[in-house]
Amino acid sequence: MAKLHVSCTVNGDEVEFLCAPEETLLDVLRDGLDLTGSKEGCSSGDCGACSVLLDGRLVCACLVLGAEAEGHAIETIEGMADGDALHPLQRKFLEHAAIQCGICTPGFLVAAKALLDTNPDPSEVETRYWLAGNLCRCTGYDKIVRAVLDAAAEMRGTDHVAT
Amino acid sequence: MSQLKWVGTRPIRPDGVDKVTGRARFGADFSMPGMLVGRVLRSPHAHARIRAIDVSKAAVLPGVKAIVTRDDFADQESVFEPAGEVTVNFRDMTRNIMAREKVLYEGHAVAAVAATSVAVAKQALKLIAVDYDVLPHVIDVVAAMAPDAPLLHEEMITRGVDPAPKTPSNVSKRSEFGFGDLDAGFAAGDVIVEREFTTKPVHQGYIEPHACVASVSADGQAELWCTTQGHFVVRAYCARLLGMEQADLRVTPSEIGGGFGGKTVVYLEPLALALSRKACLPVKMVMSRDEVMRASGPTSGANVWVRMAATKDGRITAADAVLKYQAGAFQGSPVEPGAMCAFAPYDLENVRAVGYDVVVNRPKVAAYRAPGAPIAEYAVESVVDELAKILAIDPIEFRLMNAAKEGTRAAYGAKFGSIGLIDTLEAARDHDHYKAPLGPHQGRGMASGFWFNIGGETCVSLALNEDGSASLTLGTPDIGGSRASLAMMAAEELGIDYDKVRPSIGDTAALGYNFLTGGSRVTFAAGMATVEAAREIVTEARARAAKLWEIPEDAVTWEDGLVKPAGDNAGKFDPLSLADIAEIAAKTGGPIAGYARINAQGAAPGFGTHIVDVEVDPETGRVTILRYTAIQDAGKAIHPSYVEGQLQGGAVQGIGWALNEEYIYDADGRMENPGFLDYRMPVASDVPMIDTVIVEVPNPRHPYGVRGVGETPIIPPMAAIANAVENATGIRFTELPMSPPKVLKAIDDAAAAAGGA
Amino acid sequence: MVTVTLAGNLRRFTGGEDEFAVEATTIGQVLRTLGERFPVLKPHLEGGVAVAVDGTIYQDAWFEPLEPGSEVCLLPKIAGG
Repeated sequence: MAKLHVSCTVNGDEVEFLCAPEETLLDVLRDGLDLTGSKEGCSSGDCGACSVLLDGRLVCACLVLGAEAEGHAIETIEGMADGDALHPLQRKFLEHAAIQCGICTPGFLVAAKALLDTNPDPSEVETRYWLAGNLCRCTGYDKIVRAVLDAAAEMRGTDHVAT
Repeated sequence: MSQLKWVGTRPIRPDGVDKVTGRARFGADFSMPGMLVGRVLRSPHAHARIRAIDVSKAAVLPGVKAIVTRDDFADQESVFEPAGEVTVNFRDMTRNIMAREKVLYEGHAVAAVAATSVAVAKQALKLIAVDYDVLPHVIDVVAAMAPDAPLLHEEMITRGVDPAPKTPSNVSKRSEFGFGDLDAGFAAGDVIVEREFTTKPVHQGYIEPHACVASVSADGQAELWCTTQGHFVVRAYCARLLGMEQADLRVTPSEIGGGFGGKTVVYLEPLALALSRKACLPVKMVMSRDEVMRASGPTSGANVWVRMAATKDGRITAADAVLKYQAGAFQGSPVEPGAMCAFAPYDLENVRAVGYDVVVNRPKVAAYRAPGAPIAEYAVESVVDELAKILAIDPIEFRLMNAAKEGTRAAYGAKFGSIGLIDTLEAARDHDHYKAPLGPHQGRGMASGFWFNIGGETCVSLALNEDGSASLTLGTPDIGGSRASLAMMAAEELGIDYDKVRPSIGDTAALGYNFLTGGSRVTFAAGMATVEAAREIVTEARARAAKLWEIPEDAVTWEDGLVKPAGDNAGKFDPLSLADIAEIAAKTGGPIAGYARINAQGAAPGFGTHIVDVEVDPETGRVTILRYTAIQDAGKAIHPSYVEGQLQGGAVQGIGWALNEEYIYDADGRMENPGFLDYRMPVASDVPMIDTVIVEVPNPRHPYGVRGVGETPIIPPMAAIANAVENATGIRFTELPMSPPKVLKAIDDAAAAAGGA
Repeated sequence: MVTVTLAGNLRRFTGGEDEFAVEATTIGQVLRTLGERFPVLKPHLEGGVAVAVDGTIYQDAWFEPLEPGSEVCLLPKIAGG
């Protein structure tokens, strides 16, 4: 079958691409657009390593077809920093050493951003349940959760009180 | 040691920004122009003879550029060869990467194709016809040892038994460790506990699947990009399997998305190279999650029997264990290190551990973080806990009474040097966690664990750049933040800012041999090498200053990052920094660099003690981890955040192993849960914060006192949790995982028995 | 003169003896001497053993010097994950 022509925006830029009907948005991002920041861990929506925002909504790019991006706004990890100014979440992940191998980090950052866009003052429990769709095998989640809570506090303009 | 400036602090890791922006490149993030897609045809059967493979239809499909099968890989001799620090059998290895006479597990590779697109590659696989003669299979380790079990290897005669058996079996080897008089030891005990334990196979669970890009040129020279814990090991294995010179194969490691021992072997790499060699084009191969679970090497499921005796006043008098581990399709489970570690935390006079390595129809097991030890110590620490309870002695006190210390003869035969087990036990006993109150359906458990840690072959190169910054080239992939620790040690030695030292991982052409990242060795061995290379630079800086000032070298000192005259008699010269020396390097003898090439010895073991509180829901059988504290001797924590990270990550892997993870097979030996939904690893909502305590009993053999830390943390959790569940429910679980259906059934059975009594 | 003990399966290749007095000043000499004394043991020593000396474990360290009176123990090789 012939490829489909898709127009959408990615990280604020207008983008056009061709994709096969069965190609996922993740395939398109990684292989078509060379945006390899979103990772493929399972292809079944269980690990969250491919987390992206679709019109501001958190989705697994492996569960979205490339063709479904038509007319929508996609945000990936590559668009999270503002030039060389890292997002507070990115800075806090670095400060808290919330990274070991780093493969899950893009997914967690996008998911955490979606959390703080929705709920600027999440509790530890709310944070853990929101992030339950992102698997990490290296860190045991401790420093990731601390980084997210600390970033949330900074973004609210308060000091984070450790739980 | 004078006040340290960098070591012991928590700077941002040098590769950190790349990791948080998506800029870092992992195995599947690399591409080359003209690249083909490679895919593998895998056996649907757990055990079958291959009568014939017909690739003719696939070969003529437009877009197919190369196909490889067993005919494309030379057979290898069955010899155990040292390959770095492990012994490998290449005859087994070539059969594992591509089946020859038989397929021995579901997922076993039978053929591979390289094509111009994914769609063509998938279609080509469908066109390959394999004629299988399906055989009965066996997966359970005890069943595989039965006399009538289906035989995987017709020539397998158990090693380690005298006289050697006359008939083949699935037992590849028997090993025995220990000393003393067991009969006398058991006779001297006032209480004896005997238990049999079963554990299920689990996967290392790295989020990044195996991936590589191979490019072989017409003259046979090749480049390989791959995600691996050891690119020099990949080079050694692939060169051997493909009949190449090592120098002709340049391997570049990508960033690695988790390994835990599972990426210390090769699967796709030799296939991609063979396909590229045939197609004369680059070939990219990436495993799906399904393939990772079915076809890469998880760890053993096991059966462990333990018997221990102690006196009324708490002295262990005898300890005996028999461990049976699944090796998978080919020999080589970690039963030996398991047997060696099982009783290691204890000072014993009468001890024995016997291990059986058993082949079964599942993937060949690969290393998983302290291979063999978590299973063994789950069993032993459960029995130790039971003994303590019967004797009405606090479990930590009981362990303190019997703890191994410096000079103790370990159960595996050698004496311990200085070790921190008692320090971790005392820290546990004195920790708030141990005194905190518990509520209904809640229980507390603790356990200790031990891992040897290794050193090994390591080369690093440290160059002093013309502007006084430094470039550190390493040969050990960074799986957990080691670049930070190594840059910190270099900065400390050179007396320059941490941000002026930039570490990178060089490819196999950049350095002499480096053994892989594993065995908790990098901060220790690469640290030792980095320090040596840095001290070479400092020595050279002093020599350059001496020449410049025309004074003897021993009149030049090094202090606070500056070369200075030793005293007023030496002459009045302004101190010079390394940047100053670097500026004049060209004119004073040339570039300044240190190059260390060592086989690091003197790695010292790490002991850990964990405390865990659980709540068991009597209606669902769900075990919730309420609170967790991991205490470990790190020798010296170079970057405490990354040491804490190892303790937390290992603990959570142990929690998964204890409570949920297992391979589930159907009647045909096929895995039923090859994905993350049903192979259930802990998620953020499953665990609380993991508190950590770093104890420091320095290792005198390392310039900063480092002990490896990565592996020990996965060893105590399973027993600690089983002990906690026993305290919460009164039920001793001798089978892992303690998943909700199993816990619920046990609770219901216990209630029924109590009700019926 | 050092005292050498064998752990694990290695004892099978020495007719059950597991403790020896060996004249040696390096680890390599210990391995060579025992290999000569017990030819069936030799391939296993070459294939790979770890050597514990007074509490420190060495692997592939033929030239590591030994003090007189050291306690040396031969073990299977250890790797990791």
